Amino acid sequence: MTDSILNTKKADYRIGIDIGSTTVKVIILDENGEILFRSYERHFSKVREKTAEVLERAKPILAGKTIALLITGSAGLGVSKSADIPFIQEVFATAKAVETYIPETDSVIELGGEDAKIIFFKGSLEERMNGSCAGGTGAFIDQMATLLNVSVEELDRLSANFEKIYPIASRCGVFAKTDIQPILNQGGRKEDIAASIYQAVVDQTIAGLTQGRALGKTIVFLGGPLYYYKGLRARFKETLNLDDDHAIFPENGDCFAALGAALSTDGFEPQKYEDVCARIKDSVSDAVITNTMPPLFESEAEYAEFLKRHNANAPPETDISKYAGDAWLGIDAGSTTTKLVVIDKDGGILYTYYGSNRGNPVQIVFEELKKIYAAAGDRIKIRGAAVTGYGEELIKNAFNLDAGLVETVAHFRAARHFNPDVDFIIDIGGQDMKCFKIRNGAVDSIFLNEACSSGCGSFIETFARALGYEIEEFSKLGLFVKHPVNLGSRCTVFMNSSVKQAQRDGASVADISAGLSISIVKNAVYKVIRAGSADDLGQNIVVQGGTFKNDAVLRAFEQELHRNVTRPTIAGISGAYGAALHAKDLGLAESSILTEAQLAEFVHKAKPITCKLCTNHCSLTVNTFDNGRRFVSGNRCSRPLGKEKSALPNLARYKYDKLLSYHGVEGAPRGKIGIPFGLNTYENLPFWHTFFTKLGFEVVLSPESSRAIYRLGQHTIPSDTVCYPAKLMHGHVLELMNAGVDTIFYPCMPYNFDEGLGDNNYNCPVVAYYPELLAANVKELKKIRYLYPYFGLHREKDFIKRAAKYFKDEFGIPKRETRRAAEAAYAEYAAYKDEIRKKGAEYINYARENGKKILVMAGRPYHIDPEIGHGIDELAVSYGFVLITEDAVSYLMDKEPRKVLNQWTYHSRLYAAARYVTTQPDMQLMQLVSFGCGTDAVTTDEVREILENGDKIYTQIKIDEISNLGAITIRIRSLMAAVEARERGGF
Amino acid sequence: MAELVYDETGRLLFTEEMAKEYTLLVPQMLPVTFRMLVKLVELDGGYHIEILETNTQKVVETGLKYVHNDMCYPAILSIGQLIEAVESGRYDKHKVALMITQTGGGCRASNYIHLLRKALKKAGLEYVPVISLNLSGMEKNPGFKISLKLGAQCVFAMMYGDMLVHLGNQCRPYEVEKGATDALIKSWTDRMVDLFTEGKGIGFGAMRHLMREMVRDFAKIERTNEKKPRVGIVGEIYVKYAPLGNNNLEEFLLKEGAEPVVPGVTDFIIFKVNNRYVDVGLYGGSPIKKAAMWIFQNFVIKCQNIMIEVIEEDGTFRAMSHFSELQELVKGYLGCGNKMGEGWLLTAEMLELIHSGTNNIVCTQPFGCLPNHVAGKGMMRKLKDDYPNSNIVAVDYDPGATKINQENRIKLMLANALRYERSE
Repeated sequence: MTDSILNTKKADYRIGIDIGSTTVKVIILDENGEILFRSYERHFSKVREKTAEVLERAKPILAGKTIALLITGSAGLGVSKSADIPFIQEVFATAKAVETYIPETDSVIELGGEDAKIIFFKGSLEERMNGSCAGGTGAFIDQMATLLNVSVEELDRLSANFEKIYPIASRCGVFAKTDIQPILNQGGRKEDIAASIYQAVVDQTIAGLTQGRALGKTIVFLGGPLYYYKGLRARFKETLNLDDDHAIFPENGDCFAALGAALSTDGFEPQKYEDVCARIKDSVSDAVITNTMPPLFESEAEYAEFLKRHNANAPPETDISKYAGDAWLGIDAGSTTTKLVVIDKDGGILYTYYGSNRGNPVQIVFEELKKIYAAAGDRIKIRGAAVTGYGEELIKNAFNLDAGLVETVAHFRAARHFNPDVDFIIDIGGQDMKCFKIRNGAVDSIFLNEACSSGCGSFIETFARALGYEIEEFSKLGLFVKHPVNLGSRCTVFMNSSVKQAQRDGASVADISAGLSISIVKNAVYKVIRAGSADDLGQNIVVQGGTFKNDAVLRAFEQELHRNVTRPTIAGISGAYGAALHAKDLGLAESSILTEAQLAEFVHKAKPITCKLCTNHCSLTVNTFDNGRRFVSGNRCSRPLGKEKSALPNLARYKYDKLLSYHGVEGAPRGKIGIPFGLNTYENLPFWHTFFTKLGFEVVLSPESSRAIYRLGQHTIPSDTVCYPAKLMHGHVLELMNAGVDTIFYPCMPYNFDEGLGDNNYNCPVVAYYPELLAANVKELKKIRYLYPYFGLHREKDFIKRAAKYFKDEFGIPKRETRRAAEAAYAEYAAYKDEIRKKGAEYINYARENGKKILVMAGRPYHIDPEIGHGIDELAVSYGFVLITEDAVSYLMDKEPRKVLNQWTYHSRLYAAARYVTTQPDMQLMQLVSFGCGTDAVTTDEVREILENGDKIYTQIKIDEISNLGAITIRIRSLMAAVEARERGGF
Repeated sequence: MAELVYDETGRLLFTEEMAKEYTLLVPQMLPVTFRMLVKLVELDGGYHIEILETNTQKVVETGLKYVHNDMCYPAILSIGQLIEAVESGRYDKHKVALMITQTGGGCRASNYIHLLRKALKKAGLEYVPVISLNLSGMEKNPGFKISLKLGAQCVFAMMYGDMLVHLGNQCRPYEVEKGATDALIKSWTDRMVDLFTEGKGIGFGAMRHLMREMVRDFAKIERTNEKKPRVGIVGEIYVKYAPLGNNNLEEFLLKEGAEPVVPGVTDFIIFKVNNRYVDVGLYGGSPIKKAAMWIFQNFVIKCQNIMIEVIEEDGTFRAMSHFSELQELVKGYLGCGNKMGEGWLLTAEMLELIHSGTNNIVCTQPFGCLPNHVAGKGMMRKLKDDYPNSNIVAVDYDPGATKINQENRIKLMLANALRYERSE
């Protein structure tokens, strides 16, 4: 390397090259610092070629001159090394440019293709970069535009006309997708979604990167996205409350790092322009990719054989223009695509459609129906129509279809048609992955991809586009490469970085294409299904879904399992095909579907509103159709539809209301003491409330959790991967202070109560020590009396002794008083637990007397918080379950050795509850898991094992700040369908 | 072939017969120290132990295949390494046993051994016995025992390991003759193994004597006078130390022209003992247990004192801090009851580094590490407020996290380090 050699000779021109994850930026400065040349271009991963090309273009300016240059940027290191050009870290380059041109800057917010950074200038200079789990940046906006089927420019234009902002998860792209999809499918306005996407980027940047440090008055915004998207700028300005003088969007703001690099070249040795160009052109990356995998196909012949085998699984095709007779329609309104199939009486295909739903499935179905009617004429009579998929309810209501069915059932129906012995179905669609086993003719063991790993079809598609290819072309590229690159098996964000690294190491687009296909498969097999071997799946595997139309993915799947599988030729539309078969099974004389004449008058309008009937604040979409027909979507319960809440008992709700009933006594002699209402307060509130009330304090509980509370404390959260329940605590303590409380009590409790069900009685590290984290990160707590001592309630005598001393020292309370208060507190806690158990028993009896099924919602105590549980309990109840919580049955079991370390009290309850459920024929269990909960990586496998060994179906729901109702509904409905099917003895 | 014997809970035991004919496999974590530890254990029970040095992609893939992918990275790696070894054909599958550490405590890491057994079952290898390596008497095996004597010997081995690593780290970046430091570490490790075989090297006096010799030998390594930025490495114990876990972090830092400073494992041991002692004070419990822990803690502290005295009396190298200094430093940050994972020690180590002039720190953790939410990332804001010149970067390790991202973040920290240095 030639860097850091001080040189007094001055080059003719100074050049900065910034090679980011998606673009190359080049700036050329003359001796006076004037910009002679600038360029901002996408490199489509051909980093070196693009850099050489841009420099070549500058030849008229540079020919024969000497230049000093620096390379910067996350993908620049490789070029720097191989071409022997000095490198400067991009944050430093940016800082140089800012200090030169805008010295009054307090901080810089820079968004790039995949990086987000904040640089604080005042006081001690400090930089923050996004962590590895914080994708949402330029690439995120690209992905979202793809999802909405608009260009990024259109997205920007759309955002100007927004009316409302939807809450969209701001942590990473995958999460946001899961939030946006339901809004789209329910007919939300694109304008609103566009602005909401920008708001999500703003929230993420501010929350994820500032972590409590103030941004200051004058903020400079840099990077491509902020340079090009006016809507994004507007969201930042509004959120940060900045006027035009203090929100600076500089000229060349998209190339600032390159500009800074050019400015930083002083002292670097001048070189001949021609020499530099030659070095870049001739250099080959010194890195060799060693992390590769065997090829997908060795030869064309092998591929031909593969195609022949799979093409044999095809239903007959019938010409719609000639056929006369009965027909059935099936629609799969998926998350990104809409599929339609019309079949004849033998299951032959009369008509199919497969296409992106372009953000509005209603319009697609409308157009396709018109075409079907036109082709069918008077010869064909539709005798039944059914719909499945995310948009099921909307489409069913819009077109008056006869039936709706859950996706899993639709896919099973189709698979059974091709392979009656099918015992495992895997469907990878645009956004979701659904796998399920078939046992005794019924759907069993459903695996859905969790929010974190939805690297599905649309992921490859977005990737293909980013690299400048169409999906078909892109996936074919990888079929015959000798060394597919190993990209790991994690979520989209991680794969992006893996690809970036592979590119740096010189992997070709074809290697990457094959690598992506293999990644998707590994993700499905090891992360979603958690299979150890092919036998864990089944003997007769049927694959479905659009992603399996991709031969590379299918091949990778067979290779990974060492087993041939069945892919019907209609793999992409099998959900719709299954729906059509289901419609046929209904045996109707006539379908209720809109007739051709009614269709001519079809009108659809969607209006977003926020339901204010409870703290869930569901984002509802009110769809109105012709003749005043109306459909509301996005609701969890039936209240916004003007009906009363489901009358079935719900113990989660009962517990929650019970906790809320613990009020403080106003005007208590010792003053107010605040308790944040989250995490283990959900378990210990009866205890502490009684304890402090007896001591003469007025207990003030922080308000019910909400998105607003989360936002309030968001800027003080230091770790963006901690669970949502913990993140909420920041807002809770701030709310207490807002309510005028000047003493907050939130003890550190590594130990929980010992219920005799485990080998120890710990809390998880987050519950145990979060009070200390709050003390260090929520500055406002320094202004009040924040008490977070270590206490253990598990040893009553020891607690009383220690508490007596503590409250004597802290408040001067006589020890006798504390002792009495503690005794009362233990009594109240016992009474509370007893009440929950009795109520649980009562609900179970109710269910049995009324022939209802019982669902045990098993998780942590704080999962009953509606903001955390997203009203899943209400949803389950609305599908006909009587709902109880894990602690209402766990006490009925004795301790039994487990194969995992059973040392956390809350986990012990899960295992005990699961074991109890296996003894009760009318009980099912649904496990709630917080995203980011490390300990649940242990419990989920164990609970699954307990249930499956007991011949029960395992249902897991992962929850986060997002509320993906679609996925949750699939699980709950599939569970209900499976239970019913079992009762009937198979479908 | 040895008969498979199970205990009353159905756990496969490691029998005396197995002790004679089986090979015991253990995943690598602390290259220098483990070699000596293993020697002592082998001598004590006549076992044959092998430390796994495999670091291929196959290790990660095997881990991902058999361990829940959301489980922490160290679990995926060490279980992957063990199962890959059993399946590799390098050993007779029916004549290997696996050893894994079990710390106990509220961190999910105490589950590794159970996850290893689950993974073995999934791989159809239930007949491979697993031995828990712990100091709290969990999971006893008739064929594998750690006596009090062996425990004490192991403490000495760890001291020697810490000493060699500590001295080596201060020489390696400056050595004139490339490889001189590692050669010296190797020759000392060989010598220690020989001494142990002869029954020597154990005891306070012997340790003081040998450590003096060590310091003198390292001081003799010819070193340049370059000024390099010192970069501390702290974090979750596995990714902090194991090159497989942290993508060869120390090597990367050396290449980038920095001097890595890695706090030793001694404090971690005292910390774990101290926790049990503190627990009784905080929540109540057996005073006998408290007293026993107090004795054990003082034993290790005495060892640490000797180590520090030896370095200080020579004066060539920086000595480590006393455990009591760490306890003092962390006050106002975390309570002494914060004991899960690395607990308060992690924050204390960062503070110790800053106080001893190493402002640049890489805080390593497996992606989603629970205790580090609090003791690592959770304390950085406050550290930055209290020490504006501190320069800390948190790096997550994970099977999917890429080197390029990690290195870019570390490079930013290094660029900052150089700038601070220039401005001083």
